[in-house]
Amino acid sequence: MKKNSGFKSFFILPIIIYTFVLILLPIIYILFLSFCTSDSYGGILYNFTLDNYLNIFDMTYIKMLLKSSLIALVTTFICILISYPFALILRNKSEHIKNLTTKLIMVPFLTNSLIRTYGWIILLRKNGIINKFLTSLGIIAFPLNLMYNKLGIIIGMTYTLLPFMLLPVCSAVFEIDKSLIEAAKDLGAKPLQIFKNIILPQTISGVFNGSLMVFIPAIGYFFIADILGGGKTMIIGNLIKNQFLTARNWPFGSAIAIFLIIITFALVKVYKKLGGKMEELGGL
Amino acid sequence: MKHKLLKNLFILLVFFFLYLPIIVLIIYSFNSSSMNILFENFTFKWYIELFKNNDLIMSFVNTLIVALTSTIISTIIGTISAYGLYKFDFPLKKLINSLIYIPIVIPEIVLGISLLSIYTLMKLELGMFTIILSHIAFSIPFVIVSVRSALSSETVYYEEAAKDLGASNFKIFKDIILPVIMPGVVSGAILAFTLSLDDVVISYFTAGPGSNTLPLYIYSMIKTGITPDVNALTTIMLTITFITLTSIAVIQSRKIRKRI
Repeated sequence: MKKNSGFKSFFILPIIIYTFVLILLPIIYILFLSFCTSDSYGGILYNFTLDNYLNIFDMTYIKMLLKSSLIALVTTFICILISYPFALILRNKSEHIKNLTTKLIMVPFLTNSLIRTYGWIILLRKNGIINKFLTSLGIIAFPLNLMYNKLGIIIGMTYTLLPFMLLPVCSAVFEIDKSLIEAAKDLGAKPLQIFKNIILPQTISGVFNGSLMVFIPAIGYFFIADILGGGKTMIIGNLIKNQFLTARNWPFGSAIAIFLIIITFALVKVYKKLGGKMEELGGL
Repeated sequence: MKHKLLKNLFILLVFFFLYLPIIVLIIYSFNSSSMNILFENFTFKWYIELFKNNDLIMSFVNTLIVALTSTIISTIIGTISAYGLYKFDFPLKKLINSLIYIPIVIPEIVLGISLLSIYTLMKLELGMFTIILSHIAFSIPFVIVSVRSALSSETVYYEEAAKDLGASNFKIFKDIILPVIMPGVVSGAILAFTLSLDDVVISYFTAGPGSNTLPLYIYSMIKTGITPDVNALTTIMLTITFITLTSIAVIQSRKIRKRI
């Protein structure tokens, strides 16, 4: 019996320690910080206040929150628009090709996302490859402003996060029963009807899974906004980063972080309501 | 027929989009100009120049140390825990089972600042140790999910059969469970390694002086301009990891075929 309990603790102690020290404690601590105030030197004063949360509803921050959410929403929408046809086309290919494609989607991750974002600078800037290419073809007379604006951020976010939409949408679409679609076709259903009545209901949790994994990082990836937005457009990630590293107002930064956690949990709840499974999150 | 061609073209275009910046980086690593703007002449000089750039080499070595250490540790803890959560009942199990998804879903920046906060609270000096610890923190859940998908009801039967034959618990885990879940362990490890190499945000908050990793080095240079030796290093790294991963995949698929 004693031996058995040693065996058991070997398998469960690490996860208990991990969960409490590296997941629960950090979040409880920033929750605690979010009710504190900071002095002008960045030190933390332990007096209970709700000001940090009330400050979020200041017009400047509300505007930023909305702008950041809009950028993330547009990114999510573009990713859906690309992923659906992608998955539907691949659905009819052989198992071998399907496996290969899912692997090829992952390969770009082997280079750091910051380095790939830098690759986009070479492509998008005024004297960059895309502008040079388009002007030499005579399609445009003057170089376009493809970066240092919101367009640049959206291109960068879409690029970086697209795989997180492609993978869950593909696995959801691949699971649709072929005979259902064939039966519908035999009964004379139009492609749009098939999409609306068969494909959409069966893939909705996969799409929401992807949307979650695109939307949430897209409000936080400050480095893409920094590099491709030229520091002009702040997203929520920049705001938190600035509170922690520049303004050194950790309590306010923590309040925004807690706010993001609440939004995330709410979205996860919706995902579960749609029949989504937790272990399928993250394109696994 | 034309329809089919268009469909295949769409797939190719998506891949073109996904690989475009990487292709550009690789091409520009052979560019004689140091500006990464115009392609002048073909050269290998950046591949030599790279070894003279101490900061770059150091940050690369740090990146590898972080990725390898955090992958090994998170794979071990993740594998043990996946089995523990699958086999045993204990108080708080339900809570832990839902908490482990937090690092997967919350924004990385939230994880980054909350880890930074407790390191400061615990007066841990920011450096290699804190980066590795943070990478372990966000990798473990991915390993657990990956290993768990390999633990099926099938393993229960094997386990019971082995127990009836008098095998000890550790022997069962080592000789029966581990071989069965190995594909899940390997893909979990690959995932952890990839996530570590790809990470910018968490390293950004948990690194300290002397623990510059590649993304942090590049981030500090991006405003002044990045030299093509970074492109050269990226090309080398991509080639090595690509070859390693393809060979792991080939070996694994051969093993599976043999078993069948």
